[in-house]
Amino acid sequence: MSIDLKTVKHISKLARISIDDEKANKLKGDLNNIFEFIEKLNELNTDNVQALTSIAETTLRFRKDEIKSENIREKILKNSPEENKDFFVVPKVVE
Amino acid sequence: MSDITSQSLFELTSNIKEKKLSSEEITKAFINRAEKSKKLNVYVTDNFEKAIDQSKKFDSNPNLDFKLPGIPIAVKDLFCTNGVRTTAGSKILNNFVPTYESTVTQNLWSQGAILLGKLNCDEFAMGSSNETSFFGNVQNPVGENLVPGGSSGGSSAAVAANLTPVTIGTDTGGSIRQPASFTGTVGLKPTYGSCSRYGIVAFASSLDQAGPMTKNVRDCSMLLEVISSFDQKDSTSIDYKRNYYSKELSKDIKGKKIGIPKEYRVDNMPDEIEQLWKNGISYAKDCGAEIIDISLPHTNYALPAYYIVAPAEASSNLARYDGVKYGFRSPGQNLIEMYEKTRSEGFGDEVKRRIMIGTYVLSSGYYDAYYLKAQKVRQLIKKDFDDAFSKVDAILTPSTPSSAFKIGEKTNDPVSMYLNDIFTVPINLAGLPGISIPAGKDKNNYPLGLQVIGKPFDEQNILNISYALEDKINFKNDISDWWLSE
Repeated sequence: MSIDLKTVKHISKLARISIDDEKANKLKGDLNNIFEFIEKLNELNTDNVQALTSIAETTLRFRKDEIKSENIREKILKNSPEENKDFFVVPKVVE
Repeated sequence: MSDITSQSLFELTSNIKEKKLSSEEITKAFINRAEKSKKLNVYVTDNFEKAIDQSKKFDSNPNLDFKLPGIPIAVKDLFCTNGVRTTAGSKILNNFVPTYESTVTQNLWSQGAILLGKLNCDEFAMGSSNETSFFGNVQNPVGENLVPGGSSGGSSAAVAANLTPVTIGTDTGGSIRQPASFTGTVGLKPTYGSCSRYGIVAFASSLDQAGPMTKNVRDCSMLLEVISSFDQKDSTSIDYKRNYYSKELSKDIKGKKIGIPKEYRVDNMPDEIEQLWKNGISYAKDCGAEIIDISLPHTNYALPAYYIVAPAEASSNLARYDGVKYGFRSPGQNLIEMYEKTRSEGFGDEVKRRIMIGTYVLSSGYYDAYYLKAQKVRQLIKKDFDDAFSKVDAILTPSTPSSAFKIGEKTNDPVSMYLNDIFTVPINLAGLPGISIPAGKDKNNYPLGLQVIGKPFDEQNILNISYALEDKINFKNDISDWWLSE
């Protein structure tokens, strides 16, 4: 199996990373090398193997749904690239 | 008394407790050396001014019951530090100043430690040479133009160069143990769930663990004791009774069964590493341990499985960097264009590569063939270790298949870079504790490490075995300070 340029561009769209043709070609080569390496897994028959879903073998804990932090709006907005009082600002979405 | 910056954590702590040194003297000594060591490029952000203030404050009313009384410590720039810039080695977090503190670093400050600064690392901890950092590569103090390993490369270099007494790194596939091996230092990756992941910039959540990086095994036990804790803020943190690691540290490993896995004898492994391993085995025997040949049959599949699981988790974790709530933003005509430009300009090549791999293996139609397959292989790898640990108490292997390589040597070939982690990755996949200790040198006089792998939550046992081996190995780093400027 090999990954073609069209697939590379499709993945970059899914990953929301814009790439130009030169980068896409370079990535195509890298990804094919990496997947060639990964294909080694196909040597193994795993039909009767249960997939590992959690390494810790514990169930997730429940806790009470309580508010523990208050008035943290300022803290949350502190690192925003563009702020307007109490909101995050993004380019216009609704026409 | 030996030079302050060359002292171990144990010595510094004793000297503070016996009032032979003040926190201010120690802090200033490390800062003074850092000022002359810019060539190594270990710091992304320093906290020197505040550190001196804090050391004076400590000295004015010293609490000598603390485990790290007034000890200055620099940490990997992957731990969120309240009010101090945290970049994860990425342009996308270049201006990020957390408003909260990671649990692991909070544990340090709660025991009296003082933040010296934030140490360089591979971007989002993705790399084995510290060359993917937005802030440039780090020089290995062992020799000029050598990589310090990665991703905790700034951390390993800082410990080896006496720029911090100890540090903490993170290890997803070898990022503590491989750089420790490359710099002649000690690095321990604890059992998954031992140290809280809260406030650590996430890479692959089912693999990431924080751990100590130190000059010797005793310091390692002291630091693990401080950073390992149960934490409600991390849903995978495990509530179990932690040892008093430094107090229970012992060189008595008589009768311990140590397994030697034949699958770790890989093709093209240098003779020096084979010899290093043999020496380790013979030292373990000298200490009264019993050596048992074992098999971990799926070892060869660990790295390919890792390069599905880790990028898949990374692609999900890094979806948060969208230029909206924090971090770098590149303007766009509309929201989608802003996302795409922000991520294209904000991430480096290796991070993009891994996001692309992860996105692909999780995309519609490919999930079963890749991600599910890898999780099944991960189960087989875990079972290999479960079987082995029914016969042995610990496993001894080399830490890496080579010593430190030259800067730029492997940057154009991602797969050859990934092969660095061949001996460390299986341990993360199985969630086990592993430690690398310096064990010898190659023909170029570059350090080589041995890895001791333990059962889950059995850090005490691998620390004790390492402590006994360290004594027999008697490793000396002989670093010449070639980088110092006036």
